[in-house]
Amino acid sequence: MLGSYPIDGKFGKYGGKYIPETLAPAIEELESAYEKYKNDPDFQNELSYYLTEYAGRPTPLYFAKNLTRHLGGAKIYLKREDLLHGGAHKINNTLGQALLAKKMGKKRIIAETGAGQHGVGTAIACAVLGLSAEIFMGAKDFERQKLNVFRMELLGARVYPVKSGSKTLKDAINEAIRDWIANVKTTYYLIGSAVGPHPYPMMVRDFQSVIGREIKQQIWEIEGTMPNALVACVGGGSNAIGSFYTFLDNKDVVLYGVEAGGKGINSGKHSASLAAGSEGILHGMFTCILQDECGQVVETHSISAGLDYPGVGPEHAMLKELKRARYAASTDQEAIEGFLALSRFEGIIPALEPSHAISYAMKLAEEMKKDDIIVVTLSGRGDKDVEIVQDYLNKNNTKKKTKNAK
Amino acid sequence: MQNRIAEKFRELAEKGESALICYVVAGYPDTGTSKQVINALVNGGADIIEVGIPFSDPIADGPTIQAASNAALRKGMTPEKALHLVSNVRKQHPSLPLFAMTYSNILVRAGIEKFMSESKQSGLDGFILPDMPIEEADIYSLTASKLDLATVFLVSPNTPEARLRKIVASTTGFIYVVSVYGITGARNSFQKYTLDTIRAVKQVSGAKVPVAVGFGISTPAHVKSIIAAGAEAVIIGSAVINKMSDESGKKMLEDLRNFARSMKKACKNE
Repeated sequence: MLGSYPIDGKFGKYGGKYIPETLAPAIEELESAYEKYKNDPDFQNELSYYLTEYAGRPTPLYFAKNLTRHLGGAKIYLKREDLLHGGAHKINNTLGQALLAKKMGKKRIIAETGAGQHGVGTAIACAVLGLSAEIFMGAKDFERQKLNVFRMELLGARVYPVKSGSKTLKDAINEAIRDWIANVKTTYYLIGSAVGPHPYPMMVRDFQSVIGREIKQQIWEIEGTMPNALVACVGGGSNAIGSFYTFLDNKDVVLYGVEAGGKGINSGKHSASLAAGSEGILHGMFTCILQDECGQVVETHSISAGLDYPGVGPEHAMLKELKRARYAASTDQEAIEGFLALSRFEGIIPALEPSHAISYAMKLAEEMKKDDIIVVTLSGRGDKDVEIVQDYLNKNNTKKKTKNAK
Repeated sequence: MQNRIAEKFRELAEKGESALICYVVAGYPDTGTSKQVINALVNGGADIIEVGIPFSDPIADGPTIQAASNAALRKGMTPEKALHLVSNVRKQHPSLPLFAMTYSNILVRAGIEKFMSESKQSGLDGFILPDMPIEEADIYSLTASKLDLATVFLVSPNTPEARLRKIVASTTGFIYVVSVYGITGARNSFQKYTLDTIRAVKQVSGAKVPVAVGFGISTPAHVKSIIAAGAEAVIIGSAVINKMSDESGKKMLEDLRNFARSMKKACKNE
């Protein structure tokens, strides 16, 4: 399976490049530049230097023995992407693409961001590589995440609030694409997940698949065997595909992608594009999206901004269709439970995104045998989410109290 | 029917005129007024009408069309209602070439064949899909050819010649030259590269398909310079919608008619 796709930019029937004509030459230029540098030892050495010396790779594979003992089931390992510089896996991709942009002679980098994690990741990579960064952020997110806006500005980036559409991540992507069309000769669009037109989903997967390669080697060194299951959260799906990719031919390793179930799939307030979406075209790719009967993209919900996206990377859509990976959803409440459990049992405050994966892995562990092994990709740290969790707990406790008072 | 398009361009060529193509957003300012807007533009001299079927995420459109699309969606416009509008317009204007301009997902969601065949029945002549490049267009083009619907592909100032040749070969309606690097929206002036692009495209397209130019055209002076460079049609979108934002009712329709008239005069080089 490895290396057998994409064919003509397609993952099975998914993917492709549904883009305005002005971008066609730019996408072609990107494709050939990536083909050239992908196998260029100098490029790979330079990237590897930054990943090691600057970003902090390899990240540990940590055996969560307290959580494992508490659950009494399979062994849970955590791939500690939260320990990377910037606090999330995003930097694997931003360093890779920013370096590529630099080789291509593009000095102006644009990117979209939801809550700000990819924006910060882009600003970091641009600062260290001497590139200029301009970040599009939905006006709603811009208001909600003022601190991250300031963080990006400290790193030298300009941040623009996007006032069109629903004023969130999907509109920030739309606006970044529009800017790219207008400035196509000088500008590199550094997309933050394994989404968008070909070659982005493939390229982002390649840059993120360092996660899975390290897992494979580390688990072999520690346990002398392959894991029984990998669990990772899926918004656009970059940390998940980065974890899964190296294992695709290891058929005994079950791959679980966990989407944001929000307030429950039946509530309609979620971001589970694979579990509850349908086939469609968004942001230049054919994939599973959340849309109404007429093809209008609908608003999504998740307690974690990083999963709050109405589409998903096309490779995941293919892996689901091929049944090579399984996709589930954790609700906001379940994610909070995962967040609290990891904080209390292991002293690790996870981001709300991987908290969805943790919650699912906890259920899975209880059903599996004691000598089975689960690896969860802990894609980011939770400092950014502490306030959100506090609010959530306050609100829910208040509700309980009022109920009791009655 | 592709005949309506060919017939229109033939008729205009005989008179030595260029075609005025006007874009409207179905359901803007509201469903009822859309048809009157089209009538006003046709009365003013529009030769071809593009009916925009609004989509939630229009990546090739600037603020004007984004806002109009959103407003139409909020008022409940759907692809089905847009086709209903088309069939109403068709009844009144049997020989007017009518295109739908929308995004690929609208077709994909309904099923490409199903939606295109319903479009055909409603009286539509062809499609313009700004996010459907030739690489992805096999099923779309095949279906269009089966149903005798015209395809319009876009060409940009940075399209290389080899690609331009493929685009011309795939196009059955007209070539849509995107005048600038950027998205839709009225602009003050055009640079030399726009006119160079038109000349280059016309050289390749020759007599096979007409060349229309759109994005940013808002004044008769723009129209004249674009036609002088060899275009057979101009497409006016955002500038039409801008005429609609402030005024309402009779005054708005009169403004639209006068605007179309002034642009059509430029198409006749008057």
